[in-house]
Parts: sequence; C-alpha cells; structure tokens
Amino acid sequence: MKKKTNKEFRLHLLICAGTGCVANRSYEIKEELVKEITRRGLNTEVRVAITGCNGYCERGPILVVQPDGVFYQKVRKEDVPCIVEEHILKGKPVESLMYRPSPDAPPISRMMDIDFFKHQTSVVFRNRSRLDPEDIEDYLRFDGYKALKKALVEMNSGQIIAEIKLSGLRGRGGAGFPTGLKWELCRKSPGNIKYIVCNGDEGDPGAFMDRSVLEADPHAVIEGMIIGARAIGAHKGFIYVRKEYPLAVKRVKIALVQAEEYGFVGENILGTGCDFSVDVVQGSGAFVCGEETALLTSIEGRVGRPRPRPPYPIEKGLWGRPTNINNVETWANVPQIISKGAEWFSGIGTKRSKGTKIFSLVGKINNTGLVEVPMGITVREIVDEIGGGIPGGKEFKAVQTGGPSGGCIPKSLLDLPIDYESLVKAGSMMGSGGMIVMDEDTCMVDIARYFLDFTLHESCGKCPSCRLGTKQMVEILDRITEGEGKEGDIEFLEDIGKNVKLASLCGLGQTAANPVLTTIKYFRDEYLAHIKEKRCPALVCKSLISYVIDPELCGGCTVCAKNCPSDAITGEPKEIYTIDQKKCTKCGICLTVCPPKFKAVKKVSPPVK
Amino acid sequence: MKFIPKEVIKIINKYHVKKSKLLAVLTDIQAKYNWLPPDAIKLVSEKLCVPLIDVYGVASFYHAFSLTPRGKHIVTVCSGTACHVRGAPIILDRVQDQLGISPGCTTKDDQFTLETVNCLGACALAPIVVVDGHYHGQSTTQKIDLVLTKYKKKKKRKPTKKSRKKK
Repeated sequence: MKKKTNKEFRLHLLICAGTGCVANRSYEIKEELVKEITRRGLNTEVRVAITGCNGYCERGPILVVQPDGVFYQKVRKEDVPCIVEEHILKGKPVESLMYRPSPDAPPISRMMDIDFFKHQTSVVFRNRSRLDPEDIEDYLRFDGYKALKKALVEMNSGQIIAEIKLSGLRGRGGAGFPTGLKWELCRKSPGNIKYIVCNGDEGDPGAFMDRSVLEADPHAVIEGMIIGARAIGAHKGFIYVRKEYPLAVKRVKIALVQAEEYGFVGENILGTGCDFSVDVVQGSGAFVCGEETALLTSIEGRVGRPRPRPPYPIEKGLWGRPTNINNVETWANVPQIISKGAEWFSGIGTKRSKGTKIFSLVGKINNTGLVEVPMGITVREIVDEIGGGIPGGKEFKAVQTGGPSGGCIPKSLLDLPIDYESLVKAGSMMGSGGMIVMDEDTCMVDIARYFLDFTLHESCGKCPSCRLGTKQMVEILDRITEGEGKEGDIEFLEDIGKNVKLASLCGLGQTAANPVLTTIKYFRDEYLAHIKEKRCPALVCKSLISYVIDPELCGGCTVCAKNCPSDAITGEPKEIYTIDQKKCTKCGICLTVCPPKFKAVKKVSPPVK
Repeated sequence: MKFIPKEVIKIINKYHVKKSKLLAVLTDIQAKYNWLPPDAIKLVSEKLCVPLIDVYGVASFYHAFSLTPRGKHIVTVCSGTACHVRGAPIILDRVQDQLGISPGCTTKDDQFTLETVNCLGACALAPIVVVDGHYHGQSTTQKIDLVLTKYKKKKKRKPTKKSRKKK
C-alpha cells in the first residue's frame, strides 16, 4: 500500500517537542496518542506528529489539533483517551484543557485567539505548531523550498542581493548590520573559495529563540543558507550550534540528510549546476564563541578567542577565505523575503528596523515563552498584552534586554518602541533578543553582579581591560552586596566600566559594563541603600537580610523547625517559634515551608543584629 | 571506564584524521569517558599532528571538556538569568550543601559531579536542575532534596545490577 502523504489526513495532532515540552514528557504523550489512535482504528485519517517549539512554553506540554488550530495546554498522559474520544470521535473539543485568561473566564479554543498569540506577527515562526521538523514533506506542504527554486531558477546573484538589500533585513544576532550589504561585500571580496556560516551559538542566558527556530523549522534556516550561498558564490556552509542544545543539533542533522535526499543540498542543486554542502559543528560551551571571529577559529578546531577586525570575516574568515556569517534568525527570514518580496517585508517594522524580531520573554512574567513581534512595538505591549503582566500582583521594576551585553530598561521607559537604535539610546541593546522581566523582588545590584560575574568567567582573557576590569568590578559589587560598600564605589564602578568599554577588542568586553552602567543610571538609589544603609530593598542580598518569624502570625505548627537544616529554629509545638540568627544560614527553607495560612516567616533588611 | 587506545583511534578515524576536527574528536572522547584522560589527549596530539600544548589549550578553554574524572551522576544547576531571578542561587546552595561539593567538583565516592550551566534555553521551567539528562523544572529546595535522595539510593543498588550482568 502506498504511504499516505501528510496532506491526506483529516486531522493532525501536533504535540510540541521543543526542549521545554520534552522536559515535561511530551514524547510520552505522543506515544499514548499513537496507541490510542491505533487502538480506535483511526490511524488512516488522523496523524500524530511532533512539532518544534510552540513558544508558549509556560503552558506546556502543548497539543495543537490542525487544521482548526485547537490549542490544548498542560496536557497529561491521562488526558489522551478523553481527547480522542471527545474531540476526534465526537467532534467536541475538550474545554477543560483549553486556555482560559482567568479561572472563571470562558475557554478559548483556537490558538490564534489567545492573547499571547493574537498580538504577535508570525514571519519566522509561521510554521509553529504546523509542521513536523523531522519530516521534510511537511515543510514542502507549506511552500517549503519554493523560494529556493525561485532564487536558483529565476534570479541571478545580483537580483537576490538587491532583494535582500531592499527588504531592509538586518542581522538578528544583535549588532544589526544590514544583511544585504554584508552579502554584497562578501560577494565582491576576491577569492574563488568562499564560505557561509550560520551562527547558532546562542549564549545569552535567557535567550532561546535560535534554539527554537533550529528545533522547529530547521529547513527554513537551511533554505536561507542555500539562497545566501547562491548569492555570494559559496559552496560550503557551516551551522555552528552550541552544545547545550542537543535537540537542535539532532533536528538540523536530520533536516540536512533529508534536504540532500530531495536534491536541495549537494551537487547540482535542482539541476541548476549549483553545488552547496553544509556541515554541522557543535560548540563546546564557550560563550565568547558567539562572537564571529571567535566562532570561526572554533570551527577551525582551535581555541575560540576573538581577533581584531578588520580584516572582517567577509574579507578573511574561515581559513583566510571570505566568509559570510549570519545568525539563525536572519537566515530563517531569507526564504520568505525571496518568495513574498522585499516590499512585503519592509512593510513590517519601523523606518530603520524592518520585519519582526523574536524575543524570549522570561523571568517574572506570567506568560513565559517566545514572542515574535514587529519592530517598533513598545515594551509595555510585550510585557502587559502578550506577557500577561507580572505574577502574584507584584510591581514591574525593569526589563533586561541583550543579555550580559545589554542593560536594564526601567519602568519610566515602558513606552519605548523597540528597535536597534532606541535600545542603544536607552543604554541597552537588542542583543539576540532575551527579555528578562524583573519585579520588585529583584535586586538590581545583584543582577549587575550576576552579569558581571558571567562576563568575568566567559572573558577569553586576551584583553587585560576585559579580564581585569570585570574582575575589579565584580569585587566591588561583591563588597556592596555583602554590606561592605564604601563611599565612592559607584563612581569607581562607572570609571572602570567606561574604560573596559573603550579598551576591549571584541563585543564581549566592549559591552561588559552595560549591565552595571545602566543599573547605576536608573537604579542609583538601590546602590545607595546597599552602601549607606546596608539595606537590600528587594530583600535578595544574603548578607543584608535576616529571616524572622512574626510572633503575631506564627501558629506554632513546627514545620519550619522540622525542615531547618541548621537547627536554628526553636520553640514548642503550639507556641511561637524563633530563629537563632547566629545559627541561621539563610537558606530560605523556612520561608517556603511556612504554611500559607500563617505566612509567619519574613525577610527583613537591614539584618537583625 | 578504562582508556583504550583503539577506541580513541576509532574516533579520530571517524573524522578522517583532520586537524580542524579537533573539537569534534575531543567532544566524542569526552562523551565516551565522561572526561579527557591524559593519555587520550597525548594520542590525539600525536595522530592529528597538533602540538600537545594546543590540544591542552583547547581542552582547558572550553567548558564542555573535563580534565578530571567526573562522577557517575552529573548534577547541573542552570544559572541562566531567568533561573537566577527565580531563585537559582538558593537551589545551588542547597545542592552544594547536600552533596558537600562546590560547582566543578566531584564527590569523594565518585558518585556526583556538580556543574552549573549558563542557560539551557528552557526558561519556562526556571529554576532548572538537570540530573543525568533529566530536567527537573520549577525546582524548590524540597523537590531537589527528594531528587538527590533518589539518586543517592540508586548508588546502593547499582553494584548488585552489575554483578548480575557479569554472571
């Protein structure tokens, strides 16, 4: 019997298999679905498949039933028989598994009607919850590799470059260099052998859109790369993926094998005489390798240290040959620009920043996940409308963008339209698109220390300003968070920060001080509270807080005393308990175990003597 | 696991004895032995014609490689920003207390190695602790205690399983 093609199925049950949902056992749910569908003899009309990351990771594991787009959240194995019985057989979608904006609100059945998705513009994510990333047939079903045919058959390299230039696409890796211009420069660069590279070394903590794109739609990235190779005149490409993303590596490798089988990669692509092959290179856990020159030396099998530019990679890159390097998200945009046209693309976004950008919205936010929005959207729209605000009714404090290279955007700038230029003006940067939301319980000095400590460990050590400057700054910040801050520390930090910025070779050092400088700029009062009053307003810095039991609220339930690992809590059952500050290690367990009906354990700052 | 030169040579051959594949070769060796035995590093240097100092440079530069043997169970605490603001430092403190080691170290009985990672890209699950590839999301100190106790108990059962296999 001929194998059924994917489009012949009546229904598609697509279970999210991104890293987040897999961690929540989505593969077990898939197995269960297959079992149940087979048991009921439905396997000829209903297809069960995995999809890449849906983006709404907070609600995982996610199941979407296509073609209607019915969205089921937090699905458990036990729910499977009910879904098959009610939805598949009787045609009645299961309301109890649908999304509700609030517990008593009516359920929303279609994915695109949910607030989180409604305000998004899907370009790179157009295939989310629609296709199986491990099945090229699915990608082809949704116009996959059509742009490639157009680019290879109907266009010459000059036309491709002109189209990309006209679209206004800029690098999504952070710096925002115009992609079309980069391609043109690389094309013009003398030399017969040229390379193209996809930078998937997404190291910014809190950013995972590149992982998601590689996991969910690897063929879009590959298609973009082949088009780029054609435009530049390259025959060899590399996809560099960080080690922490094993699933992305697996999916890309599968996609490459399939693309080769279908004749999209390899020799004489689509009979046009173009040759292009791609290798997947796995990173080895060095953040600095996200920097282009470091990444290239890493592909060559050497220690990933940046080198001075110029010469830029487009002149002298891999093994001294002209090399065009773009980020995952940039490559994934290319096929659509070619098929839908530059005009369509440049119709989205602002005057200087075109198209969409994917942000990973994480931290103290209700709807954690990936959001794709047009450039120019405000921070407020992202946080409130898409993100659903801050959990627990807490107060918004800041949003950190751009990872360790970026800065914090305070409440006063909530209406800032997001594009490359506006973020730089605010002291931050686009970076790869991490957006970490912080509430009143986040200490800004601690956050600055966190990022600096990160950069300190990830500095490759080449430039003294970066290697030693970050160390000095961390030492000062350590002192401040430990209550040993001195008058003049803030000014000293600013001074070192500016010098590290000026004297470092690569982006890592040049931007290392941003988290400190922006937090000082916008949250100076928090620094002053730490230094002058020895107080941590957010009650985070361990040395500046104490845990105490409120005698008015304590119910004498003994739970805290039983759980205290250092035997610091004493008292008699039904009486009031107290914490011995000398023994307390401030692990915070008493606070988490104290029953909600009492809420007797509290943090105070400055600490109790 | 004992270092067997033949196995390492097999890995090197898999990558066609290419200098540029040094990272891939080391990654495979690391995956096989859970660390890079000194003899393996020497062999790689010899076969790929890369000076020993350069192989060592690469092995010590990248976090993925370990120059000391690692424990049977790898406990990884994510210290990404999302995990950090949701309380990862408290979790890390607890794991350190429980295992009696700091990040990068292995327990004396070679059972556990504690590591931190910059970000796993699964921020919805923050704070995350991964034990032997299993993700434990939305961790709390109590949840972690339970997980670690489970693995500590496994240790006692393991030898009997092995001895059974031998028979």
